[in-house]
Amino acid sequence: MSYISLSDADRKAMLTAVGIASVDELFCCIPDQVRLKRDLDLPPPMAEPDLLRFFQRIAARNQAPDTLSFLGAGAYPHFIPYVVDYLSSRGEFISPYTPYQPEVSQGTLQVIFEYQTLICQLTGLEIANASLYEGASAAAEAVLMAHRLKNKPKVLIAGATHPEYRRVVGTYVKDLPVRLEEIGHDAGGGLDLDDLERRIDAETSAVVCQSPNFLGIVENLDRIGALAHAHQALFVVIVAEAASLGILESPGSSGADIVAGEGQSFGLPLGFGGPYLGFMSCRKEFVRQFPGRIAGEAKDVEGRRGFVLTLSTREQHIRREKATSNICSNQAWCALRAAIYLETLGRQGLRQMARQNIQKAYYALDKLTEIPGVSRKFSGPIFNEFVLDFVGRWPEVESHLRQRGVVAGLDLEPDYPGLKGCALVCVTEVHRKEDIDRLAGLVREALR
Amino acid sequence: MSREPLIFERSAPGKRAFNLPAIDVPENPAALAGLPLREEIAGFPQVSEIEVVRHFTRLSQSNFCIDTNFYPLGSCTMKYNPKINEKIAALAGFLGSHPLAPAGLVQGNLEVLKTLEDLLVEITGMDAFTLQPAAGAHGELTGMMLIRACLSDRGQPRRVVLIPDSAHGTNPSSAHLCGFRVQETRSNERGTIDLAGLESQMTEDVAALMITNPNTLGVFESDILGAVEIVHAKGGLVYMDGANMNALIGKIRPGDMGIDVMHLNLHKTFSTPHGGGGPGAGPVGVKSGLIPYLPVPVVRKTAGGLALDYDRPKSIGRVRSFHGNFLVLVKALAYILTHGAAGLREIAETAVLNANYIRKSLEGIYHLKYPAPSLHECVFSDKYQKERGVQNVDIAKRLIDYGLHPPTMSFPLIVPGALMIEPTETEGKADLDEFIQAMTAIAREAAETPDIVRSAPHNSYVRRLDETAAARNPVLRWEGRE
Repeated sequence: MSYISLSDADRKAMLTAVGIASVDELFCCIPDQVRLKRDLDLPPPMAEPDLLRFFQRIAARNQAPDTLSFLGAGAYPHFIPYVVDYLSSRGEFISPYTPYQPEVSQGTLQVIFEYQTLICQLTGLEIANASLYEGASAAAEAVLMAHRLKNKPKVLIAGATHPEYRRVVGTYVKDLPVRLEEIGHDAGGGLDLDDLERRIDAETSAVVCQSPNFLGIVENLDRIGALAHAHQALFVVIVAEAASLGILESPGSSGADIVAGEGQSFGLPLGFGGPYLGFMSCRKEFVRQFPGRIAGEAKDVEGRRGFVLTLSTREQHIRREKATSNICSNQAWCALRAAIYLETLGRQGLRQMARQNIQKAYYALDKLTEIPGVSRKFSGPIFNEFVLDFVGRWPEVESHLRQRGVVAGLDLEPDYPGLKGCALVCVTEVHRKEDIDRLAGLVREALR
Repeated sequence: MSREPLIFERSAPGKRAFNLPAIDVPENPAALAGLPLREEIAGFPQVSEIEVVRHFTRLSQSNFCIDTNFYPLGSCTMKYNPKINEKIAALAGFLGSHPLAPAGLVQGNLEVLKTLEDLLVEITGMDAFTLQPAAGAHGELTGMMLIRACLSDRGQPRRVVLIPDSAHGTNPSSAHLCGFRVQETRSNERGTIDLAGLESQMTEDVAALMITNPNTLGVFESDILGAVEIVHAKGGLVYMDGANMNALIGKIRPGDMGIDVMHLNLHKTFSTPHGGGGPGAGPVGVKSGLIPYLPVPVVRKTAGGLALDYDRPKSIGRVRSFHGNFLVLVKALAYILTHGAAGLREIAETAVLNANYIRKSLEGIYHLKYPAPSLHECVFSDKYQKERGVQNVDIAKRLIDYGLHPPTMSFPLIVPGALMIEPTETEGKADLDEFIQAMTAIAREAAETPDIVRSAPHNSYVRRLDETAAARNPVLRWEGRE
């Protein structure tokens, strides 16, 4: 099967027009030694019914779609209103290119403009970009941006930032004059302010912390931000669970200079990790160092409002190696889904959703910690995730539940050896009371 | 067409488009204790469902897209996106799987990754692929990091990357982001690599030559073997930007030309939809010597099934969370499996025929700075039309009045006033002819009634927008008040 539209007669007429007998002549510029003189060794072509069957079988080798799971850790199960799928699947949204020609791309551009506004409202900062790849590389872009602004060698990052985000940041700064140091957490699970105070100095470009952090704890951003600013460092806040922005105080109002995060919770399916949505916002004064595309308002020759990609002198296609980032394609369609999701949930719906996350997580925490042998690891306030200590018996619990088709949570030991026997459990609005009760029942059974 | 307001301008208290079931657990005030709760978000929209639906439907209608018309955007490979691939990527087994689920619960996903890796290896002649990079530029960055890691490991932390003056802007930017100093190489009169120039610039401080082949003129770098030899002789590596693989697929394999590292744009060659600017996917292929440095994790076959291998001490680390833009990868795999070997080769042959048909038909009407034979795209300029004060941007905007999307403009930089045209293989002759007729008519207008061209577009949703003013006084969000 191919998707080619030339008839035999068309092909012939075109060859004649070009003045050649065979299409091979067009490849004459390729030296003979490098030409492939055989067919690629690929499976035979599949017609649509076979293709569909092939993928249905592969997809069926994954866990059943209705498996009860309490995994979060940077990828969150949230309910997606059907209008998000319905509207975002329109060909006019899926199949255009980047809106370089604004006169024929007003749909995409206005959506980006609205998306930027929504991100600003949620994060409490003045400007937002059109999207980045996902949370981890957005965090890396934020660190690079802070370093460009301050040009000091040290960046302090909370150890309770998502481990994969920390690794990506580490990869991005490895060949640059940036020294990354990790700040530990305290008994409450939040950033250890004493440790931060000991390490922060005049050589520090930025303090980076995630909230809610990877251990589920909502950080005291006001205090961390104040400490950062007292040392003329920038305060970078990472948000891996964007749903929290629906009810928690915005990072911007707690002193964040740059916010970067993962927007998957806004209408994107788990999808084994992607495509997701990196979002980023900052204070207006930093705009010249801001990475990525930005849509802005413009007027046409008749004075009507329209939208364009703007401030492109920051970008690689103009500035080349001096650009603020190398990013070109971003996640425009994912940003569209986020815009549809957020506008559909609206002011009340978003808050209602976020509030249910808190209440359900708290109910689950309560239920689970009633079980002998299970305790809450950290005392700090939570949004929709928490760490449970199974005192060494996590492997039994995990396997007992998995055999019964339940994924109980994430083992923290590989990333935090100090948290051996502990697991991260996530509960959102998609979990019903009966699901949580079932989880608690099975854990109790496993530990009996 | 009536103008669609911003959603914020439709918002009013009391309207909503969404509700959750009533909460089914006992609410506990203690849950909120200690949490910094925010007030209602001022300005956040409050609209009904029909308002959301009409808003986005109307906005979509002001977009040009591949589903409705020809999109000759050079270097972007705007081919048709098969619909079945959307359905496949939306299978519940893929959509619902968590990226951190134990490997035993995601064997299907791991099989997708492994199969796609293996097929890309065969298609490109490289030895291994990482699927983690989320876009072409992300792939370039990853490739540069791999080169740096490999050379450092060999005890040669070199500082320079050579990049032709015809390169896409992401190339120098990606190399720079990885800490390299970028040195430009000048193209020769054919628009291709100048071997003598390369030889003189190639020192033992040069980590890599970063090329695009066919280059951004659509011209195959026929001296590629010589260039590779020069770079390898001095211990450097050759990186290939695979943005233009649509011209070569099934015809040649970069791995057979001595390329050490390359990336593919699955959203170009393998037809995953562009989505108005992403998501894409930019897998990176390497030769065996660079395999130890690939990002973690790597999918491995084990006795117990497929597994993720994180234990790779020389790895550059991660460049993205989780497993890349997975659902995009699913679509690309479906595309490859649909075509098979002969089908993929036919893509390249037809894309090249289509581009040469356009080139032949417009030659003489538009100026062709580089007459070397070209493959999947051709780059004209506005040189003839400029004599009447008509620039490439005017020609581009006038095409909109003819119902067509403009070509890529002002790139590559070595062609002043460039109009870069890439039709792809999926366009039929009738559509190509329509484009050729429109371009011919515009050339005539430029000569006879240039004002019509200069003031275009006339029939679009908005007229020409003042981008300079927009950048001077940036309004980057809705700033209204309720």
